[in-house]
Amino acid sequence: MKCLVTGGNVKVLGKAVHSLSRIGDELYLEPLEDGLSLRTVNSSRSAYACFLFAPLFFQQYQAATPGQDLLRCKILMKSFLSVFRSLAMLEKTVEKCCISLNGRSSRLVVQLHCKFGVRKTHNLSFQDCESLQAVFDPASCPHMLRAPARVLGEAVLPFPPALAEVTLGIGRGRRVILRSYHEEEADSTAKAMVTEMCLGEEDFQQLQAQEGVAITFCLKEFRGLLSFAESANLNLSIHFDAPGRPAIFTIKDSLLDGHFVLATLSDTDSHSQDLGSPERHQAVPQLQAHSIPHPDDFANDDIDSYMIAMETTIGNEGSRVLPSISLSPGPQPPKSPGPHSEEEDEAEPSTVPGTPPPKKFRSLFFGSILAPVRSPQGPSPVLAEDSEGEG
Amino acid sequence: MKFRAKIVDGACLNHFTRISNMIAKLAKTCTLRISPDKLNFILCDKLANGGVSMWCELEQENFFNEFQMEGVSAENNEIYLELTSENLSRALKTAQNARALKIKLTNKHFPCLTVSVELLSMSSSSRIVTHDIPIKVIPRKLWKDLQEPVVPDPDVSIYLPVLKTMKSVVEKMKNISNHLVIEANLDGELNLKIETELVCVTTHFKDLGNPPLASESTHQDRNVEHMAEVHIDIRKLLQFLAGQQVNPTKALCNIVSNKMVHFDLLHEDVSLQYFIPALS
Repeated sequence: MKCLVTGGNVKVLGKAVHSLSRIGDELYLEPLEDGLSLRTVNSSRSAYACFLFAPLFFQQYQAATPGQDLLRCKILMKSFLSVFRSLAMLEKTVEKCCISLNGRSSRLVVQLHCKFGVRKTHNLSFQDCESLQAVFDPASCPHMLRAPARVLGEAVLPFPPALAEVTLGIGRGRRVILRSYHEEEADSTAKAMVTEMCLGEEDFQQLQAQEGVAITFCLKEFRGLLSFAESANLNLSIHFDAPGRPAIFTIKDSLLDGHFVLATLSDTDSHSQDLGSPERHQAVPQLQAHSIPHPDDFANDDIDSYMIAMETTIGNEGSRVLPSISLSPGPQPPKSPGPHSEEEDEAEPSTVPGTPPPKKFRSLFFGSILAPVRSPQGPSPVLAEDSEGEG
Repeated sequence: MKFRAKIVDGACLNHFTRISNMIAKLAKTCTLRISPDKLNFILCDKLANGGVSMWCELEQENFFNEFQMEGVSAENNEIYLELTSENLSRALKTAQNARALKIKLTNKHFPCLTVSVELLSMSSSSRIVTHDIPIKVIPRKLWKDLQEPVVPDPDVSIYLPVLKTMKSVVEKMKNISNHLVIEANLDGELNLKIETELVCVTTHFKDLGNPPLASESTHQDRNVEHMAEVHIDIRKLLQFLAGQQVNPTKALCNIVSNKMVHFDLLHEDVSLQYFIPALS
């Protein structure tokens, strides 16, 4: 693989890497026929991000040397980011950036051609890897909204940089509401300030959602894409479904597109996601606390709570979509382990089929499903991660 | 208990924001006292604050064009609330380009001070930001600890030098020692002294001027050049100086020898009093 980025696009590439670094610790670099894809996923697999740079983005783009297979690699995000760390420096001094991946050498070579004849060469070690691909389809999401990134940037401005999660929803009068989300704390004296931003429908280029829908997702991860979109002056689309189903954030222009898929909080803690308040005249009717009856299949397994369905392909196998798993439910808020373990036990017989699942299936959820199922006592490791430890 | 107030004037809003930023730098948690004519930000001299106390007062009609309050009872027509100062300054920060700012006491899930800002926006629709600041209502029986501190007769009263200069001096001194001596006399001289085994550093400020003395008789035969001094924790002085982003309209320092130093500032129409006790 060999590609050459020149001029202002070097900074764009750098910004994309910065965005991805907000999500995961490993960068999956995969040259495809339709462009260079950079992907990452976070450790709890509750966030996935992908940028695809079209061949036209590059002055030169060669996905693979003729006769050779497409290579792909996995690099430490920290290492790749260090090449592009100073965006100011990239803008001022770097004229060209050449990225090459040679099957024979075990190094990904990133070479920056700078002013005054200075050339910086970075040899980054990488690992062979499986292709990282999240299974998601924006078209299957019933709700969506689209606005210039600038509008969304202004919308998140009132929220503190440290805020972890935010609830996005549609209020009365088709107002779009963003509200800071804080988990219920046992210690009631340490309450956090709640901030809410309310925008009119006119600020959005497209708003396809009914009043009362709302989702809660990680703001910090969203900011990664938002800052990129703002700097590139693009429109940002948010496709979402019921609480618990992942939300898909997309940006697109002629040379690149980006997708961030973030898990959302599921509906069990509905009163905190409720965007209504008796006092405010633009209160939203309380979100229905009823839960859509979940089919008793693998996709809605409680243990899966943080997981976004991922598929991995080994070697040159084509990507196969697992039919029963489209999108996994989002994270469960911390609750006492008792009811959870009961649910897990009940779900167990129907979710573990009689015949062993296909190898790929198991590798997807290895370590997440199999381990917790054997320990009915406590919450799954993923849930435990999230739990504050209170009963 | 009821409280609703509204600011529509941009200058008033900016001034109120600056005051709130200053309070946030001076005290992590403070008491807001609401009375029919005034608003006070209070920090009482508890051990938790290191003995430092603060009393900030502003006339509500200088800021709000609408102000309605109903205290705990008719005889006690006041409201005392405890809040995290940073929350208020953060809420006001979003009001930089606001058409209007409303503050009111509400009870949504928990008692709060709701700050609602209507932003100027380019599109036809308005944008509204609402902040619910959690508060704790302070019961009547604790009000006695939150009254305006009595200022004892100072030994020396002197006008302060430019606070920014003072702050940069004190910042550097902090690296040498935590123990600072402030001394001043009635001849317009103020010294800041740091002493360790290895080094002694003194910064002298001259020609500062002294306000007219309250009681002439006690000080008549006093040597004008005699220094009144107090030993304080430098970090407390630094915290006070760091809170003064703008140079005050008036800045006075009162020293009670070996007891405390009292700073009396006026930021336009808002008065701030800050007390730092002597090191024991």
